[in-house]
Amino acid sequence: MSLGLLLVQGLNGLQFGVLLFLVAAGLTLVFGVMDFINLAHGVQYMLGAYLGASLAAWTGSFWLGLVLALPAALVCGLVLEWLVFRHLYERDHLSQVLATFGVILFLNQAVRAIWGSAPLQMPVPALLEGGVMLMPGLQYPVYRIAILVAGLAVAGLLWVLVERTRIGALVRAGATHAPMVAALGVDIRGLFMLVFGFGAMLAGFAGVMAAPVLSVDPGMGDTVLILAFVVITIGGIGSVRGAFIAALLVGVIETLGRSLLPDLLRLVMAASPARQAGAALGSMLVYIAMALILAVRPRGLFPVRG
Amino acid sequence: MTGIGRRGVLGAALALPALRARAQGAGVKIGLVAVQTGPQAALGTQLRDGFLQGLKHLDGKLGGLPAEVLVIDDELRPEVAVTKVRAAIERDKVDFVVGVVFSNILAAIVRPVTESGTFLISTNAGPSTLAGRGCNANFFTTSYNNDQVHSVMGQAAQDTGYKRVFVMTPNYQAGRDAAAGFKSRFKGEVVDEVYVPLTQLDFSAELAKIAAAKPDAVFTFMPGGLGVNLVRQYRQAGLANIPFLSTFTVDEATLPAQGEAALGFYSAASWAPNMDNPANTKFVKDFEASYGYVPATYAAQAYDGAMLLDSAVRKVGGRLGDKDALRAAIRAAQFTSVRGPFEFGTNHYPVQDFWLCQVAKRADGKFQTETVRKVLSHDTDPYAAECRMR
Repeated sequence: MSLGLLLVQGLNGLQFGVLLFLVAAGLTLVFGVMDFINLAHGVQYMLGAYLGASLAAWTGSFWLGLVLALPAALVCGLVLEWLVFRHLYERDHLSQVLATFGVILFLNQAVRAIWGSAPLQMPVPALLEGGVMLMPGLQYPVYRIAILVAGLAVAGLLWVLVERTRIGALVRAGATHAPMVAALGVDIRGLFMLVFGFGAMLAGFAGVMAAPVLSVDPGMGDTVLILAFVVITIGGIGSVRGAFIAALLVGVIETLGRSLLPDLLRLVMAASPARQAGAALGSMLVYIAMALILAVRPRGLFPVRG
Repeated sequence: MTGIGRRGVLGAALALPALRARAQGAGVKIGLVAVQTGPQAALGTQLRDGFLQGLKHLDGKLGGLPAEVLVIDDELRPEVAVTKVRAAIERDKVDFVVGVVFSNILAAIVRPVTESGTFLISTNAGPSTLAGRGCNANFFTTSYNNDQVHSVMGQAAQDTGYKRVFVMTPNYQAGRDAAAGFKSRFKGEVVDEVYVPLTQLDFSAELAKIAAAKPDAVFTFMPGGLGVNLVRQYRQAGLANIPFLSTFTVDEATLPAQGEAALGFYSAASWAPNMDNPANTKFVKDFEASYGYVPATYAAQAYDGAMLLDSAVRKVGGRLGDKDALRAAIRAAQFTSVRGPFEFGTNHYPVQDFWLCQVAKRADGKFQTETVRKVLSHDTDPYAAECRMR
């Protein structure tokens, strides 16, 4: 393994991490601020991808598709909040898990009924086509660099919003002492709806950004959701900063583990078992890392609640 | 692609009552097992539409008897499949169980169906377990044994003269079988074998490895959404100058989502939409007119399944009760397959030709696989010798 390949793999890891962050940011906000377990966050990401892909096909432009998909994802999120989630805030976590799991089943089938079960395609915009030669024979697609940039921009925007604005202060306060904030005369319902809508829009944005790289199919949200939960657990629930660091960590561990472990194991064992064990261990690595981090810091890297 | 699933469902809904209405009195009942829910529903839809297209060409009759089709959604869950299939046999008294996309579903229903004396015709799943020592008198398949398809790609790589091939498959039984099947006929060097989790989304790490290894070709087996992700990312990474040899990765079910990215990529099959014979031309043309999308092997093999049953029921003169005569009639396979020559081996698996196929863009802008050259002629699967049926 050359240094060049190692660097490329590191970059791959960062880029995957940023994509995870886009999904996890909304999840951690909703979970942290509202103490609401939203398993349906993954299907909101899927909805974003579907809306983006069909709006882009309809308008003939990726950019119009992206711009139109965001308010559409927001509307979908608010409708869901109004129809289902709003009635669950006072209930315990089990009811929330059950109900939002039901939403997953319903929306996965709804998407299939509307768009069919074959995967959709969303083309890469002309502006971001092509790639940069990072090592001989391998192009790094410009679009992936765009995902990296978009993710960093969202991270920056969120930081400003949460740390530097009045609403951000309310959100932070709501995350630590929701009843106290309500007692001070803040409309906590309105705040929750705002946070929820924002989370839905972030999930939709992640979906649209992922659509040209990943397959847009029913169920695409389910795989991402699990990793997103790992990210917010490692990062500390409710912490945007934690989600960012944890997402990058998970992305890099996943990618490097998958690519390096089989080669490393081959140093100590025969080629064929090394490949299989390496592959198995590589996919476990993220969860092993999560267990280790939680053993040392049970509330995650950046706990919000004291 | 938008709306195709809906149109398919609508088509079936319209077709079924019509078929059912004609089934008064003596008729033949088919339990059509096709997954309709979950991420792999597109394949089940292909299978169902292929069979229904066959019935349309036969005026809703099989061997002159009015046919009734019960579509059974196995939900890709073996226990659900068993319950529903048992009900179809015991309550609805189906004469044949046809279909099944996935091997694990087939494995679950094969005993309940065949032990009740009902014939089971798989139109897609072709596991090794039923091809060798476990072969079954009441089980037939119109597809292939899975290993054959992978080994066809190995033979094609060998014939082309590739020296170094990079192998990448998902880390589960079928993935490891694919790698083994490929290597059974490819004698060159396997530069690296990479196993990825079934839930893999991003292949950038593996693509970087491929670029670093600089192989003559890549062999992969990435069904469904995995393949959509891989093909697009492979193209985006600028690796398309390395030949992409695949099985069950680029086909008409995934091509609408892969589009241009899959152009020129290779697959192995016993059938492709462009095969030039009258039966196939008619099938593809009418199928596309009925359902609005390009048929894949799942549809073609199901269509052959309908034609096979038609020939068998006709041969026994509609006497479905005479199981031995019916078995011999199915075994005889006197129908015109969309693949051209078709016959059953001793284990009730087809003995047939296999082709190297390549993704091409048609004049109407849709994508399909097209035959490049015949790789194996009259090929029998590697397990047939272990089967004790004669």
